Amino acid sequence: MRSLFNFLIRNYYYLLFIFLQVMCILLISKNKNFQGTRIINSSNTLSAETFLAVSNTKEYLSLKEENLKLAKENVGLLNIIRSRSYELIQIASLTKNDTLYKQKYIFTQANVINNSSNLRSNYLTLNIGSEQGITHDMAIINSEGIVGVIKDVSKNFSSALSLLNKDVKVNCMLKKDGSYGPLSWEKDDDYTSATLTDIPIHAKIKAGDTIVTSALSSIFPEGIHVGTVKSFERKSGDAFFTVKVNLSINFKKLNHVYVIKNLFKVEQDSLEFVSQKHDKDDK
Amino acid sequence: MISDVLKNMGRFTVLVLLQVLIVKNINLGRYFIFFPYVLFILLLPFNTPKPLTLILAFILGLCIDMFYDTQGMHAAACITMAFARSFVLELFAPREGYDEQLKPTIAYMGVGWFSSYALILILVHHLILFYIEAFTFTEFFRTMLRVLGSTLATFGFIYLMQFLFYRPNKNRIS
Repeated sequence: MRSLFNFLIRNYYYLLFIFLQVMCILLISKNKNFQGTRIINSSNTLSAETFLAVSNTKEYLSLKEENLKLAKENVGLLNIIRSRSYELIQIASLTKNDTLYKQKYIFTQANVINNSSNLRSNYLTLNIGSEQGITHDMAIINSEGIVGVIKDVSKNFSSALSLLNKDVKVNCMLKKDGSYGPLSWEKDDDYTSATLTDIPIHAKIKAGDTIVTSALSSIFPEGIHVGTVKSFERKSGDAFFTVKVNLSINFKKLNHVYVIKNLFKVEQDSLEFVSQKHDKDDK
Repeated sequence: MISDVLKNMGRFTVLVLLQVLIVKNINLGRYFIFFPYVLFILLLPFNTPKPLTLILAFILGLCIDMFYDTQGMHAAACITMAFARSFVLELFAPREGYDEQLKPTIAYMGVGWFSSYALILILVHHLILFYIEAFTFTEFFRTMLRVLGSTLATFGFIYLMQFLFYRPNKNRIS
């Protein structure tokens, strides 16, 4: 026993090093799986408040640009409303059955207060959290395209995976003919591009084609703009095109974004889960 | 002694804030990323107890992790760096040991000594950090390029900072 203590005392420096290193490894590995255990992330109060203060200051510098963008978007929205109202007048004599329509998406406005674009896995922090009804797996877009997916939520802040993250895959399609495939951010992509794989070779694709989100994603609404085709190639032996996409968003200038809640998501996911489970049971 | 503690606490705060508020936004592509906050570990006094160095490095790493959303990666890199520091210091020690009044800066120890000391430790830190971040060997050479590029970038930054913030000392030895 005494020699054990002697050993511990003699080598306590090395043991301390190993102990701290093990703690780090636990932190790194644990936090990948469990929801509640992410303590050290940017949605906790200290770091979030710091980023909030900085972003409040920075917002002033880009006010002009943001105003322009918002104005453009307002015009777009006004256009939609006007065309809707025309429709209303025309069908005024008919009975309109409102129960045919059910609201599917709820949009919430948010500000990006922390953002990176040069790491292998990039994250965002938003200034809204569970108190504003944010939960994980909600979509983030802005007026130009898709931004990312919410991952962790604290009371007033949330941290999100940016589209520029190796763990994010979004199902996207060619607007022209609807052939779809997963969009991911590969190792040779920079902050302006992403890679769309599994596009069938019969698709009539050409550079400049528009890419939008497909209906297969239960997170993003269908038809949100993603970017345009930069180039495409068929790797030898593949039955699919691999497409490089020019992202329409400038990830270095994110400020105002919209968080989208899909009201049908729980229903859709649980249904899919149940049928996949049945499938497994059958096997 | 007390002033040393205060000075280091101040340096800790300033470097963390510099890193997360300013340097985090510097963007020179994916191969040159700056992490000048490691200067804190480099500049700890020579007579800092070794275990204390480890613990300080751990806290520093966690602080950075909090802002970078990397949960423990920077902490792991920092303590490895602090661990390596004791060996590097032994390796580069002058024959009669380190004088109480010396500090591990360019002003006191000279450009050559500081460069080799800093480069080795920054390389250790970046190696651990980038390989944990990538967590795969399929991008081995790409990650290696990032490590080397960023090591040079961080070293350059730290080198310039030394000239900005530390007045050259008259009684330097080199």
